[in-house]
Amino acid sequence: MKPEDYDLDVDVAWCPGCGNFSILRALKMALAELDIPPERLVLVSGIGQAGKLPQYLKCNYFNGLHGRSLPAAVAIKAVNPELTVIDVSGDGCMYGEGGNHFIHNIRRNPDITNIVHNNMVYGLTKGQASPTSQPGFRTPVQVHGVFEEPFNPLAVAISLGATFVARAFAGDIERTRDILVEAIRHHGYALVDIFQPCVTFNRVNTFQWFRENTYYTDHDTSDRTLAFEKSLEGYGSGKFPLGVIYRADGGATFEENLSIYSDDKTPLWKRRHDPGKLKTLLESKMML
Amino acid sequence: MKEVKDDVALVLCGEAGQGIQTVEALLIRAFSATGYHIFSSKEYMSRVRGGENSTLIRVSSGPVRAFVDRIDVLFALSPGAVDHLRERINGTLIIADESFGEEDAVGLPILEEAEKLGGRIFANVVAAGAAARLFRVEESVFDDAVRALFERKGPEILDADLRAGRKGYELGEELKEHLKVSVEPDPSVRKHVILNGTEAVGLGCIAGGCRFMSSYPMTPSSPLQIFIAENADEFDMVFEQAEDEIAAINMCLGASYAGARSLVATSGSGFALMEEAVGLAGMIETPVVIYIGQRPGPAVGLPTRTAQEDLNLALYSGPGEFARAIFAPGKLEDAPEIAAHAFNLADRYQIPVFILSDQYLADLYYNLPEPEISVEPEYHIIETDASYRRFRFTEDGISPRGIPGYGSGLVRVDSDEHDEDGFITEDLDVRRRMVEKRNLRLQMLRDDALPPEVWGDDSSAVICWGSTYWPVREAIESSDAEVTMVHFSQVYPLAPDTRELLESFDVTAVVENNYRGQFADLLKLEAGFEVDHRLNRYNGMPFSVEEIRKFIGEVFA
Repeated sequence: MKPEDYDLDVDVAWCPGCGNFSILRALKMALAELDIPPERLVLVSGIGQAGKLPQYLKCNYFNGLHGRSLPAAVAIKAVNPELTVIDVSGDGCMYGEGGNHFIHNIRRNPDITNIVHNNMVYGLTKGQASPTSQPGFRTPVQVHGVFEEPFNPLAVAISLGATFVARAFAGDIERTRDILVEAIRHHGYALVDIFQPCVTFNRVNTFQWFRENTYYTDHDTSDRTLAFEKSLEGYGSGKFPLGVIYRADGGATFEENLSIYSDDKTPLWKRRHDPGKLKTLLESKMML
Repeated sequence: MKEVKDDVALVLCGEAGQGIQTVEALLIRAFSATGYHIFSSKEYMSRVRGGENSTLIRVSSGPVRAFVDRIDVLFALSPGAVDHLRERINGTLIIADESFGEEDAVGLPILEEAEKLGGRIFANVVAAGAAARLFRVEESVFDDAVRALFERKGPEILDADLRAGRKGYELGEELKEHLKVSVEPDPSVRKHVILNGTEAVGLGCIAGGCRFMSSYPMTPSSPLQIFIAENADEFDMVFEQAEDEIAAINMCLGASYAGARSLVATSGSGFALMEEAVGLAGMIETPVVIYIGQRPGPAVGLPTRTAQEDLNLALYSGPGEFARAIFAPGKLEDAPEIAAHAFNLADRYQIPVFILSDQYLADLYYNLPEPEISVEPEYHIIETDASYRRFRFTEDGISPRGIPGYGSGLVRVDSDEHDEDGFITEDLDVRRRMVEKRNLRLQMLRDDALPPEVWGDDSSAVICWGSTYWPVREAIESSDAEVTMVHFSQVYPLAPDTRELLESFDVTAVVENNYRGQFADLLKLEAGFEVDHRLNRYNGMPFSVEEIRKFIGEVFA
């Protein structure tokens, strides 16, 4: 497939210069490289500017509620494991409103890819702090500046047992594509947190700021303790590492653990009900 | 000597942790196997140990289906039991453990014998044995019931419980001089099934083709979650315990989008968390069946008690306007078919469909002839082609439903207002047409609505819905008043000729387990019919036959 095979002729509602354009481009390149046909692909998203991405890519999509994309995604994959399921959300959607689902879906380990556009601000609601906003960040509602610790998605994911944890930067399309290819290929839950400047509402964390405050790491990604240490960099001191932070064997996925698939791989939706078995169940309630 | 005939109300009361539910399970098996018609209903406190819990078991020569206040025989297994049930004690034979020093009771050394057998844990089976003896259940029949319940716990525990049962029989011998029970066995009962309200609905969910259930535990919906989970392997279903109610219903919508019929079960305040996703189901026209085991609210309310308070919550849940249907099965005889029908309807109209149960219905048992489940799952999913449009405008407002991965089309659904392809739109004309599309099917739902069941042909009517079916019917049967019962098992939308039907009665009353009279109000709103009288109960207990009979006497005599 070619990246253009995923193109759609639609009006894109993102601001000119938005980091999301690069993520969309990188995702199309990754999907083309992996040869995933649009009709086998489901993008699942929540609400926010990142949540609109599926609208701009030729695929099946489920654009649901704010923060609730992961529950839908894990179920879609469970009902039809033959589909490639990718969740695309923003930092507010995934780490704020959807924080509980973020935690528990890492524990479930569905074979889905979780892409989070992380611009450290709420764009669609016009500039409030997000869970990843940096301390001191001033907004119309955080009038004295953010004083909470920023949410650290990589450290959380690694601590919960995620087996593919990466961070990309939308300013580097080629490397972002490579990371996405590896994430989608990964067997099991894969998190890709993508730094993505909001050109309208975040005047602090700009393209330039991300370039100056990040670096590509080349540590041993199979070392979980080292990966955890890496995930802490950039919070308070040093630069944020980019690239794959942690990678291990994905183990059994959520779908593989479902007993319905233990001897029969037929997707759940294709299966039909056997009235004879129901009769047996009813008869087990008889007093004989 | 007290004498009770034909229809005996036996109550066993003890603390949580004493195994009152085990007593109930043992006795309803043993009584049914003997050929008695049985009904049981439990009430319990929201705690793991202590408190006072009781189970009412009606043992009868003919069918019995409803809760009564009356207690003919009470087994008190805890010191507080008699006080707990004080209001219902009237001419009751009380059998209490000797150690409680209960003055008006026949004392039995239940706890002492249990200690001798290895611990107080056996008191429940000793008491059950004594009760079984009192009702002339053959020892071998009781032993079989013990085996059925304890076999899986291993031979040691089974043996100890069999011995406990025998000891109960010995103690039961002593009760003969205080009580004469005569209930005639009915041979046809042995071909009956014993079901509770949860199982009746659960069987219907399976018959309706349920494939996916995700839920968060909450009384009294947890039993349905357990029922589906324990039958999931056999019937190709997935059960997943979600991290919260919000995840549960969003998972169901994802599963349904991917092609699996989905079910979520919860109770009032759990459902309150799901409301946004009910709107999502409406917006993306994706079927889902939502089971609400009602209990008293607001907020956490009385977690283990019963109510019919969430009709309005279901009716008005979710932002915006879209079609939905609400069922409230009232009896085990047709609950399976109604539940199966709910799945078909959700699929046919691509809407959320509700099944309203409550603690009373979910937990009650009775024996009945095996219910017919003649509803066959109808499947409406189509194979798509490249020109597929998920929300295509059609005459009846229903677009053919594709799912991802089946055919060459793309299936796009969006919680924002969208065009026929599922793309976000702010085109106000498309918006208007989509609103009409989502509401158009309401008329078809109305035409498809299950008509109320009319029992009797008198000029006045008692109207009820959901779990009050049998209490109302037995109250009418046992009263002198000439009155018809009109029971709604579909409460929204109402069948088109509801108004005409209700206007044919001279005097009407609605009986429901809430303060406001939510269904009586709905009749006014939907059918333009104002009832004359309302009987409302909202203390957390179900209606008893006696209470409804008294009301009928006052209103219709």
